[in-house]
Amino acid sequence: MREKGVFLIGVLVYFLCVSASLHAAGHTPAKGESFPPITLQKPANKAELDYLGLKGTGSFPVSEIKTELLIIEIYSMYCPYCQKEAPIVNSLYELIAKEKDLKEKVKLIGIGVGNTPFEVGIFRKQYNIEFPLFPDESFAIHKKTGEVRTPFFFVLKMKPDGSNTLVYSKLGSIEDAGQFLEILLKESGLQ
Amino acid sequence: MRNDYTYGFISCLFFFVLFLSSSPAFGVSEQFQGKIFDPGMLKPVDSKTKLKAGMKAPDFSLPSLSGNVVALNEYRNKKNIVLSFVPAAWTPVCSDQWPGYNLMEEIFGRHDTILIGITVDNIPTLYAWTREMGELWFPVLSDFWPHGAVSKKYGVLRSNGVSERALFVIDKKGIIRYIDVHDINTRPNLEILLKEIERLKK
Repeated sequence: MREKGVFLIGVLVYFLCVSASLHAAGHTPAKGESFPPITLQKPANKAELDYLGLKGTGSFPVSEIKTELLIIEIYSMYCPYCQKEAPIVNSLYELIAKEKDLKEKVKLIGIGVGNTPFEVGIFRKQYNIEFPLFPDESFAIHKKTGEVRTPFFFVLKMKPDGSNTLVYSKLGSIEDAGQFLEILLKESGLQ
Repeated sequence: MRNDYTYGFISCLFFFVLFLSSSPAFGVSEQFQGKIFDPGMLKPVDSKTKLKAGMKAPDFSLPSLSGNVVALNEYRNKKNIVLSFVPAAWTPVCSDQWPGYNLMEEIFGRHDTILIGITVDNIPTLYAWTREMGELWFPVLSDFWPHGAVSKKYGVLRSNGVSERALFVIDKKGIIRYIDVHDINTRPNLEILLKEIERLKK
């Protein structure tokens, strides 16, 4: 009888672990919710640091990026869809960069899930990517954002108090960079 | 009483191990649109190869996706070779390992090295699966019939008929220079593989 009780405690421990893991895994934030707090390493490249409005070295919370709207692409070097998507995302970056009114208000970063810094470098070089890419080698950010399939785009409206609201998200190809940007500007109230 | 505590400890430990083994981490590309079969966490390695670095790589010839038969000795004195055995089409990790290698053509080329992909799947399955990966620059061979014969020759055929996730680096003389029979649940480290390729003579 007592053995049965102890066995049941074991079952309970298992389910507690699973439930804790689900909580730790996080869920994919929906429109109107806030994006979970994540920390990244500051880029070594000065142009990228300037783009993000950062200085120095070490880690930084995403809330420190100087922008009104932040587009985060969750991708992987190993994802064929992300490879196909890379030129379209580059054209989105170029579109924003050439608009004088937008380039300080809308910033774009990529997070390579399960990718080492070396693998992020290969992806950057292969597709001549100019916006900052960050490795998420341990899948920690991937887990925090609900283990989305790739590519996945989160668009956050950043507030001066450091908080943010998700205004738009998309799984898969953005297809047309111009149209995508138009939607984002409309959804965020920037236009 | 003491036995009860021991029993309780073992029981908790069992479920804790079960919990740890039930949460593999991998990213899935939207490209595959939910078509990837998740086998869960598998026994990391389920074979034992007798091959070692310094030994001659066993010769073989297998049908490729492009319709040719590819023989290992075609590359003798011409190219270094990386043989990439992956367990099965339409499974996690395998479905992103080769798309990643697909970005490595220039780096492999710089070291006079060719990549050869091998699975025990048949050609139609490989055709459908690799079409999702875009245009692959390296040959993909089918070790389907006699089933897994080359995988067996290399000592990497698992007891359920699929191969290990294994890498063999072979120099131009046909000598094995590096073997990584990897944990089937995880992707081999790309930097380690590249360091091994860099050590080969052009």
